[in-house]
Amino acid sequence: MNPRGDSTSGSDGAAEPKRKSKKPRYSRFTQQELPACKPLLTPAIVVTTFAFIGIIFIPIGLLSLSASGQANCIPEQLQNDKVAFIQSSTTNKTCSRTLTVPKNMEGPVHIYYELDNFYQNHRRYVKSRSDKQLRSKASETETTNCAPEATTSDGSVIVPCGLIAWSLFNDTYSFAVNSKIIEVNKKNIAWLSDKEHKFGSDVYPKNFQMGGLIGGAKLNASIPLSEQEDLIVWMRTAALPRFRKLYGRIETDLAANEQITVTIQNNYNTYSFEGKKNLVLSTTSWIGGKNDFLGTAYLTVGSLCLFLAMGFIILYLLKPRTLGDPSYLSWNRNPDGHY
Amino acid sequence: MAANSPSLNPSAPPDDDPGVLPKAASRSRSSSSRHRAERNPSSNSNSAVSFERSTSKPVASYPSKRSDSERLGSQREISDDEARFVYVNDPGRTNQPIRFADNSIRTTKYSVLTFLPRNLFEQFHRVAYVYFLILAGLNQVPQLGVFTPAASILPLAFVLGVTAVKDGYEDWRRHRSDRDENNRTAQVLAPDGEFRPKRWKDILVGEVVKVTADETLPCDMVLLATSDPTGVAYVQTINLDGESNLKTRYAKQETQSTPPESTAGLIRCEKPNRNIYGFLASADVPGEKRVSLGPSNIILRGCELKNTSWVVGVAVYTGQDTKVMLNSSGAPSKRSRLEAHMNREVILLAVALVALCSIVTVLAGVWLVNHHDELNDLPYYRKEDYSGPEMDNYDYYGVGWETVFSFLKSVIIFQVMIPIALYISMELVRLGQAFFMIQDKNMFDEGSKTGFQCRALNINEDLGQIKYVFSDKTGTLTENKMEFRCASVGGVDYSAASDGEEDGHSITVDGETWRPKMSVKTDPELMNAVMGGEGIEKSNRARDFFLALATCNTIVPILVDTPEPSLKLIDYQGESPDEQALVYAAAAYGFVLMQRTSGHILIDVLGERQRFDVLGLHEFDSDRKRMSVIIGCPDRTVKLFVKGADNSMFGVIQKDLDLDIIHATKTNLHSYSSLGLRTLVVGMRELSEHEFKKWQSAYEKATTALIGRGKLLKAIASNAERDLRILGASGIEDKLQQGVPEAIESMRQAGIKVWVLTGDKQETAISIGYSCKLLTGEMTQIVINSNSRESCTRSLQDAASMSSRLAGAGSAKSSLALIIDGTSLVYILETELEEELFKVATTCDVVLCCRVAPLQKAGIVALIKHRTDDMTLAIGDGANDVSMIQMADVGIGISGQEGRQAVMASDFAMGQFRFLVPLLLVHGHWNYQRMAYMILYNFYRNAVFVFILFWYVLYTAYSLISAISEWSSVLYSVIYTALPTIVVGILDKDLSRKTLLKYPQLYRAGQRDERYNLKLFIFTMMDCIWQSIAVFYIPYLAYRHSDVDVSGLGDLWILAVVILVNIHLAMDVFRWNWITHASIWGCIAATVICVIIIDSIWMLRGFWAIFNMMGTGLFWLCLLGIIVAGMVPRFATKALTEYFLPSDVQIARELEKFQNLTASTISEIPMSTFSHPL
Repeated sequence: MNPRGDSTSGSDGAAEPKRKSKKPRYSRFTQQELPACKPLLTPAIVVTTFAFIGIIFIPIGLLSLSASGQANCIPEQLQNDKVAFIQSSTTNKTCSRTLTVPKNMEGPVHIYYELDNFYQNHRRYVKSRSDKQLRSKASETETTNCAPEATTSDGSVIVPCGLIAWSLFNDTYSFAVNSKIIEVNKKNIAWLSDKEHKFGSDVYPKNFQMGGLIGGAKLNASIPLSEQEDLIVWMRTAALPRFRKLYGRIETDLAANEQITVTIQNNYNTYSFEGKKNLVLSTTSWIGGKNDFLGTAYLTVGSLCLFLAMGFIILYLLKPRTLGDPSYLSWNRNPDGHY
Repeated sequence: MAANSPSLNPSAPPDDDPGVLPKAASRSRSSSSRHRAERNPSSNSNSAVSFERSTSKPVASYPSKRSDSERLGSQREISDDEARFVYVNDPGRTNQPIRFADNSIRTTKYSVLTFLPRNLFEQFHRVAYVYFLILAGLNQVPQLGVFTPAASILPLAFVLGVTAVKDGYEDWRRHRSDRDENNRTAQVLAPDGEFRPKRWKDILVGEVVKVTADETLPCDMVLLATSDPTGVAYVQTINLDGESNLKTRYAKQETQSTPPESTAGLIRCEKPNRNIYGFLASADVPGEKRVSLGPSNIILRGCELKNTSWVVGVAVYTGQDTKVMLNSSGAPSKRSRLEAHMNREVILLAVALVALCSIVTVLAGVWLVNHHDELNDLPYYRKEDYSGPEMDNYDYYGVGWETVFSFLKSVIIFQVMIPIALYISMELVRLGQAFFMIQDKNMFDEGSKTGFQCRALNINEDLGQIKYVFSDKTGTLTENKMEFRCASVGGVDYSAASDGEEDGHSITVDGETWRPKMSVKTDPELMNAVMGGEGIEKSNRARDFFLALATCNTIVPILVDTPEPSLKLIDYQGESPDEQALVYAAAAYGFVLMQRTSGHILIDVLGERQRFDVLGLHEFDSDRKRMSVIIGCPDRTVKLFVKGADNSMFGVIQKDLDLDIIHATKTNLHSYSSLGLRTLVVGMRELSEHEFKKWQSAYEKATTALIGRGKLLKAIASNAERDLRILGASGIEDKLQQGVPEAIESMRQAGIKVWVLTGDKQETAISIGYSCKLLTGEMTQIVINSNSRESCTRSLQDAASMSSRLAGAGSAKSSLALIIDGTSLVYILETELEEELFKVATTCDVVLCCRVAPLQKAGIVALIKHRTDDMTLAIGDGANDVSMIQMADVGIGISGQEGRQAVMASDFAMGQFRFLVPLLLVHGHWNYQRMAYMILYNFYRNAVFVFILFWYVLYTAYSLISAISEWSSVLYSVIYTALPTIVVGILDKDLSRKTLLKYPQLYRAGQRDERYNLKLFIFTMMDCIWQSIAVFYIPYLAYRHSDVDVSGLGDLWILAVVILVNIHLAMDVFRWNWITHASIWGCIAATVICVIIIDSIWMLRGFWAIFNMMGTGLFWLCLLGIIVAGMVPRFATKALTEYFLPSDVQIARELEKFQNLTASTISEIPMSTFSHPL
């Protein structure tokens, strides 16, 4: 039955030096006999795996839900005006709102502005920038990808060029509790790596927002780009059409039921594209900002796995099968069926 | 050669002048011998047919009809415009006006200059690559620039590069061996009349070359002279056709006597062709009449000169024109069934791709129309460009064009839906699988020291799906080592040889002892008869019988030295193993063939040396099925000895003489062939002086005839071979190869139907069928043995009704065997009866076809191949199997006794039939399983990625951007995930060798397409959509209201998907060895490193994003969540099906894990050695 027998014995007599034969050199590798482990999905392993996942996931889900609960969040809708209003440069766009802090918020409290329906990930938008120009003065003229905001109409280069910089967000916020101004720290809101390596300290804004169409904020031409943190934050283009950007931080704690007055310079035009603006005050936890999704997801998956573990136990009990029982082999079940 | 042919010898003994015979006879022979050579192509026509088929590319039409000119080749003169003129020793004139190819050879495909264009041209034969090239080209259009130019070219360049490196390396090795070959030196006649060394590549047509013993011939040469005074030279053609025995070649007497340096003359020969057994030329030697030259006068490049101290020849074909080079066509290219199925799924994927692109396009169009008026107000769109002197549209061409661009861009971005790396992965995996098959020690033949050969590299996985095996008999099931077993002399059966003594009969020559190399057991009774112990009449007949065996052949005895100085061995070299066996037998009974020259034979007859003159020889041909010699005996009598196949011999044996002997012989023959022996009948006739003269003049006339020479010679032979007196018959055993019955039993259990196609007689075939356990006693045999259309139709109808009756009875025990012969097949194949035969044959478990011609073998393979989807495998060793080897889906050549033509035409070659079992059951199973999984996995892996891209596009205003950095996207399928599938495709084993051999039934998984089918594909694709949703939406929902940037989220997605697909693979791996571990975990690590590197380049938009992401707990929770959520459905389904709907393979795996296999007794097949069933 087994044709191996003779050749195995024959290979022992391989000591035949005179002939340089093509005889295969025996090794565990060439004979495909490397030591290996052969995992098999036995009932025990299946049930254990599911139970294990359930046991791990449910606490993580609970933890992250509570973490997310710790992160407080005050969203504020800022939609009131119309396109004409915002486009006019003469109208006073200042407005103020009052918020109530629902819970104690420990500092630092992050101030975000949230834009919706703004496709910062649009193909045309994303590529309209010049990293070389941003980084060093020497590459000032590298504006190949920056259309349509590469140069002014007289042909001189715009620094920083491109649609992204051009559309820089320019609402400003100030906060007061009981008429006492709260300091907003706008330092270190951008990534250090960006400040140090991506935006040059010798690059100063030039010809910025001088064209016919003003997209957004103007930049102070005497501050190098590496210090323009709002720009740096803005130029980290967001992944999704609804996104937040860090505006600044309030370093003090906010107590529950405190009334905060927010004075908003509502400059940024979101009305032309039916966009929405929100202002968000949030503290962070280890999991990031307030987001219940992940906790819920973990809880769901975890309980599903526990349920599956139970289901498998029941199934295994109801329909047991001896593993490796040859009588289950198809040719043993119906011996005549195969010839 | 035809398995049943007793001998087929292309070389005719030449002529020399022994000087003992009357002058007239001598002259007649000298003129006749000149033409004898030319006769050869026709006598050899059978082998020529099969050989031509063997070397041509797979033949589209079947059967191939040979042109008339080819068939009548021997009878036509070469016309001037078809001829090549070679002026001997005048290369200058020979190469005017056209210069023939020089003698350098080039087996390389490429040169340094042509490598790039040619290799690319060849690679772009693959439609998929053209598709990727077109997309890369489209990407260069500015409006469609999805990727940067470098990134868009990279994947294609990578796969093309890997293939090019592989091809280049192979070609470089060929180049190196060519260079070595071209720079060897040979002795060439220089103008000053001396032989000087010259490099092979510089040898020109027309130059005179001298070759000494054991040297390799540098080009195809016509022999001018040899060291032997009679002009004989021996060559070994092992490099050419693998036959290790010596072949005799002859120099013409006209040139033999002239000193080489003064030879001159003109040789008119055929244009170069690939027929190594044919050569047609004539030579004009100054001072002599025109001499014709045949295949026995030419020695071919690649052969080695043996037993001849030197030869001188003139180069006629050089370099690429030589026959060996013309025959070195590569292995035929076949495409595996899995790949054909795969292409069906690729088309499905292409449809899916178009669907995805259409969805995106429609959505993009709708979005554009909806936002048409405000496009310029959208800060992220900005339709207009104010920077120029005039207001202009910025990269905007109207809704219509933008929609078209959307479609094209989406094709570019989703292009990897068609897995680009799959083709190169498959090639690499097959290479690895081939390595393991070659290295397998269980497929190494210790006897012949030949290993397994993989000649075709693209059908490895077909080995796992074979349903029909078509096997040759001689040399495939049997060893083709003939052994003389029994003889019937004068109607008396002498078959006691098996228990007779082993006679090392030896003779003494000049004080030395000569002994035949192989000893044969002799029958004491027959020995007694020979010695005259049973009367003079019996003794004479027995002596004539053995004299016939010793003379009527083309065997050349070669003396071999032994360590003992006084002992020499006689090695009988010849082309037919049957003849060798007969000559050894004759030697054992005291008729030792000592020397054979062209004109005489020296035989030691019972201790007395006798010289017999060879007056004439009628070679074997397939029409007559016999050969004969005319011998001038020492007692001045002239005898005609004939030997041949029984049915042809009984037609020419005198009926009224020795009636009872004829009858008894027939009975004996029947019993021999039912024992599985190959039989030959020997007869003789004494020629009177008058008869001999008459024959001689007719023979002379025929050999000088210009038209119809072959036909005339055949007629003369038939005319002489008549009224024979029967001497006896011989039975030669062709021993069954080791392990054949066990192998056949294993294959039968594996659900493989084994059909045997043989040239042997029906009785022989049936008895071999029994001895190799193909046929059993319980089987009902259907024999179809007809010689007309009508009777064929009738027998087929009978067979059909019988099979349906048996099937109706539902008795599983009695199975059917169909035995059909070649004559019946003539009326069945290629007619409407084929369908009938197919129906009958497929209901039978065993089919035996006997007396079939080579083309009929292919016809039978085609019968199955064209009517079913089942995979066919043909295995054979001889030139007559070439056509079926090429016809079958998988062709296997046995590198055994009968030459290398079958090997040359095959996809795989091995030493023994029984290696089929490990090849199919073990390697075939593994290869199929691995390749099937790899293809599915590659589809899945790329589709998951494309779906992730697709989901993201829905959140980018359909502007076709990818969050994943473009470098990661292009590296995804070639670097991040490629290696593990290749490693798993090469190394993973679902079951161990032991289990697969123990349960051959497991092979049926492949036959049932269990591992790759449309259902699995759809299941995989559904799983793939779920996994892509998990990968995309978990981060999407988790980061929905956050300040995450494009690159950060992109990094999360790419890491998640790479880890997920690798975990998916890890879950399906059967066996984890360290290489698997290293490749899977290493690949994940490599991906992380790559992502980190990409995010450390300040130029790219994702600078430092990965570090910021990794700093948050959300990132890690997302990653873990994705992997678990993505895998749960698959894991649950897998656990469920493996436990509640286990496949055979699954149960066998459990068996392997939980039970000691050796202890188990279930379905153990008793496999003792069994005796003959008769």
